[in-house]
Amino acid sequence: MDINAIKVIEDSLDAKIPEGVIQEKWDKHRFNMKLVNPSNRRKFEVIVVGAGLAGASAAASMGEMGYNVHCFFYQDSARRAHSVAAQGGINAAKNYRNDGDSIFRLFYDTVKGGDYRSREANVYRLAQVSNNIIDQCVAQGVPFAREYGGMLDNRSFGGAQVSRTFYARGQTGQQLLLGAYQALQRQAHAGTVKLYSRTEMLDLIVIDGRARGIVTRDMVTGEMKSYLADAVVLATGGYGNAYFLSTNAIGCNATAAWRAYKRGAYFANPCFVQIHPTCIPPAGEHQSKLTLMSESLRNDGRIWVPRQAGDTRPAAQISEAERFYYLEEKYPSFGNLVPRDVASRNAKTVVDDGHGVGELQNGVYLDFSDAIGRLGKDVIKDRYGNLFDMYTSITGEDPYEAPMRIYPAIHYTMGGVWVDYNLESAIPGLFVLGEANFSDHGANRLGASALMQGVADGYFVIPYTLGNYLAQTQLDSVDLGNAAVAEAEAAVNDKIDKLMAVNGKRSVTHFHREVGRALWDYVGMARNDEGLRKALERIPEIRAEFWDDVRVPGSAKDLNQSLEMAGRVADFLELGELMAFDALHRNESCGGHFREESQTEEGEALRNDEKFSFVSAWEYNGDGQTPNLHKESLAFEYVALSRRSYK
Amino acid sequence: MKLHLKIWRQENKNSQGRFENYTLDDVSQDSSFLEMLDLLNEELTEKGDEPIAFDHDCREGICGMCSLVINGVAHGQNREPIKQVTVCQLHMRHFHDGETITIEPWRAQAFPALKDLIVDRTAFDIIIQAGGYVSVSTGGAAEASAIPVPKKDADVSMDAAACIGCGACVAACPNASAMLFTSAKITHLGILPQGQTERYQRVVDMVNAMDTAGFGGCTNMGECEAVCPKDISLDFIARMNGDLIKAALMGVS
Amino acid sequence: MVGIMSFPNTTIGKKVIMAISGVIWVGYLAMHMYGNLKIFGGATYFNHYAEGLRELGAPVFGHAHLLFVARIVFVGSIIAHVWAAITLNLRNKASRPVTYNQHQKLRASTATLTMIYGGVTIAVFIIYHLLHFTLGLLVHPDFDGQNAYHNVIVGFQSYAYIPAIIYLVALIALAFHLYHGTWSMFQTLGLNNKTYNNMIRSLAWAVAIVIPIGFAAVPLSVMFGILQ
Repeated sequence: MDINAIKVIEDSLDAKIPEGVIQEKWDKHRFNMKLVNPSNRRKFEVIVVGAGLAGASAAASMGEMGYNVHCFFYQDSARRAHSVAAQGGINAAKNYRNDGDSIFRLFYDTVKGGDYRSREANVYRLAQVSNNIIDQCVAQGVPFAREYGGMLDNRSFGGAQVSRTFYARGQTGQQLLLGAYQALQRQAHAGTVKLYSRTEMLDLIVIDGRARGIVTRDMVTGEMKSYLADAVVLATGGYGNAYFLSTNAIGCNATAAWRAYKRGAYFANPCFVQIHPTCIPPAGEHQSKLTLMSESLRNDGRIWVPRQAGDTRPAAQISEAERFYYLEEKYPSFGNLVPRDVASRNAKTVVDDGHGVGELQNGVYLDFSDAIGRLGKDVIKDRYGNLFDMYTSITGEDPYEAPMRIYPAIHYTMGGVWVDYNLESAIPGLFVLGEANFSDHGANRLGASALMQGVADGYFVIPYTLGNYLAQTQLDSVDLGNAAVAEAEAAVNDKIDKLMAVNGKRSVTHFHREVGRALWDYVGMARNDEGLRKALERIPEIRAEFWDDVRVPGSAKDLNQSLEMAGRVADFLELGELMAFDALHRNESCGGHFREESQTEEGEALRNDEKFSFVSAWEYNGDGQTPNLHKESLAFEYVALSRRSYK
Repeated sequence: MKLHLKIWRQENKNSQGRFENYTLDDVSQDSSFLEMLDLLNEELTEKGDEPIAFDHDCREGICGMCSLVINGVAHGQNREPIKQVTVCQLHMRHFHDGETITIEPWRAQAFPALKDLIVDRTAFDIIIQAGGYVSVSTGGAAEASAIPVPKKDADVSMDAAACIGCGACVAACPNASAMLFTSAKITHLGILPQGQTERYQRVVDMVNAMDTAGFGGCTNMGECEAVCPKDISLDFIARMNGDLIKAALMGVS
Repeated sequence: MVGIMSFPNTTIGKKVIMAISGVIWVGYLAMHMYGNLKIFGGATYFNHYAEGLRELGAPVFGHAHLLFVARIVFVGSIIAHVWAAITLNLRNKASRPVTYNQHQKLRASTATLTMIYGGVTIAVFIIYHLLHFTLGLLVHPDFDGQNAYHNVIVGFQSYAYIPAIIYLVALIALAFHLYHGTWSMFQTLGLNNKTYNNMIRSLAWAVAIVIPIGFAAVPLSVMFGILQ
């Protein structure tokens, strides 16, 4: 890939944003869209890949409408998709607190929070349907927290000035997912949705320029099988696992999205990843994933490191004067509650400067002793008991006695497959939902907005836009004898055969760890030209080593977890390069993407709206080739461009 | 630390399984139980052997995928005075140097073995399919605040809804019964106003599905509750029993 | 089968059958134990009570009629209880065809784990008991159908007190069975919850102690010569 040889294609992307004022766009669009007659819906087959919040809600909703839905997922049950792990809550503009919230304010906060790199029309629609989501979930039996009067409780989350976050203890994601999962099971029982568990999508079948099916591998028997349909919906989550260590589940992968990219969909803003500041630091080389602890901990905990670099004394022996409360000193008005990216970057700076704490000196302290002194242990236990237990269970340390150690970790990816307002990718008939698409969060996602987007896409957007596609498209009937099917199957078989044939000496995990380290070091919290160029050298090297020395034991015709992982890592090895490439290309700082070359004198992110107010949508151009860049320019008509400041 | 591992290996669902012994050196006290198995798998892979297949995903105790019986206890026994956790949250500091650890899969007729330590838990989905939902289609919902729910009810409902469907209750039950799992869903929905309409039909259908799937009956031993990483209570079983009796008396079939 | 008629076919239904038949038997045992204690009132008093049982419900019911009805209910209950226990146990065994190499019990009490053995012991004992005291066909040297007091004293005294010891052993089994059974009954009938759990546990303790001790008072008194 050559950064100087990018072929830029301006204004080639039609985001299909409806005309009119932003408040009316979605309503008008819903009226203008074509409908499929209820009795005709059963004639359409729809493939949904992924059964997290977006996938399950989409599959269930379309099943209810009468489409024949086929839902594929790699887990053993749809209830396990990683949406389950979201803790904090889900935003909605209900304004139950009478505190000045509105659809427009949620829209405004989301665009601003995304550092002006999202599409206004999508975000407004998201804010609009946020209220329907809460209604829908309550009706499904999601046990949201209630006040004593029986009304829904709300809290303020992630520094928002209004209380608009609905929650179900610390398990909001789990409860919303179970709601969608149960709706999905209801449809499975009714026969409108067929479930394919432990089945992985390995390629997309494109016939006559339209997405018409997928090639899958049955992860129990190893059997390769293709399925054809009238449209394909990907709801396959983000690519945070490219970093090896992240808060993602072990199985989270970018394979479906990456296959779609290689078949002609565009990959947008791959360098936009979110790093969460309050995770438990790695304990050693054996570490396989990182555990996030709710951000709410920063409400009462004080973050510090020893003022003296290299000070390895236990926290208790470090006097108050020798402690460096770096966030409080640097940001007197926001203190420990600065946004996620600011908190994360500052932690990195102090650790890089040798102030890290813990045996591996890879964390910072989050200290509750002041809060315990002020409020008493019982109050703290009441607020954070579960989190403290979790911390103790993982580290063996007692945060009531000694401060917690925290460090940022990869948490969410804002980038993803480029989609238009209808959530349709550059390949007609291929729709992409949830974290897998790029659309709503810009360069940084607000807390409690991931769940909102997943459910909004699945319940309230795709049922309309997919119907519109089916109603106005003349689709020829296709069968498995089609040459495109054979070609896709051959490509998948080839890749598997190649993986099995390398028969080298290193495990898949070894290479995953290597690429993860390169991405974390150079495409992590702070990026610069030199580092990104190094990453662009290093990642292809790792990729070459992988194809030369990986060992995938066992048989491809059997349950083979090494093979599953090998396929995913092979894709991360390609996607990782595109991430670095995009980061190098975007020579500005915005949201989660911090380029050291582009900062204010105080070290804050400095956007370059003149040059970079666009979505970078990359088009595949062949393996190892420089991808083409399609620019979707972003216009901000309703939220005036401004710079964040937390001083 | 050094560990001796006695692990169940089984090629596929049709083959006879057996225990294999492994020795693992240099296990970090700070690694989780699954990371210890990762280490073993990396060693096996680099030696050219087939690694051990086991289910896992989120590794933060919420997805319910991990499922190992360790030294005779589902999810292994957490020896700290904190609550029971999933295997992925169990850390090696609870074991001692030189210990022999026996690792087996969940064992139940309704959870057929697939490979090594992986079993098929589709039976749980089938129980949910029988009625573990509120029949509301997308778009048909009323304003969320229209029906107040007493906080106490919402809390109990949430206690029950916390179930992660891991199947440890079945694994630990001497009868391989799925009563705790089924009752958790019945309580979660049956206690909320939204779930009232279908409450009695739901319990009849879900209990029938549970029985048909081949799970055993409940003998009120409490082994399920003892291993549950989410503190699902035996109370919910009593509640389900009560609902079933009421449904029967009402003639629901 | 619909409604309660479906109970014999479901695992929970079988447990309900066990719980209801269990309630009947706990009631029966309590009455029986209370009746037994009348033996301390002397031969005339006790024999009068034994005879009186046959006149239960008089004058509405004829001689021994209500007793006969009661016997049908008790026998029916125990048959239902045993049938449900056996079918449930077979099902439970089948639900785990491949057993664990190691399987620790973390919570289950001895009473819980020995229900089936206790049940078998009690079933065998009931047969023995009927042959011994009701029909006088087994290990009873001098059975007199008209003198219940005599039958009890002689029945326990003979054969070096072995029958008395068998009774005591059976009562230990009964104590365990009652403890888990009583608590379990509430759980199965859906009457247990956190608020009442401790109360129900206490009640189970009381039932498990009072009934067996009441029964044991008679053979022990015979063994120690208090009753002659």
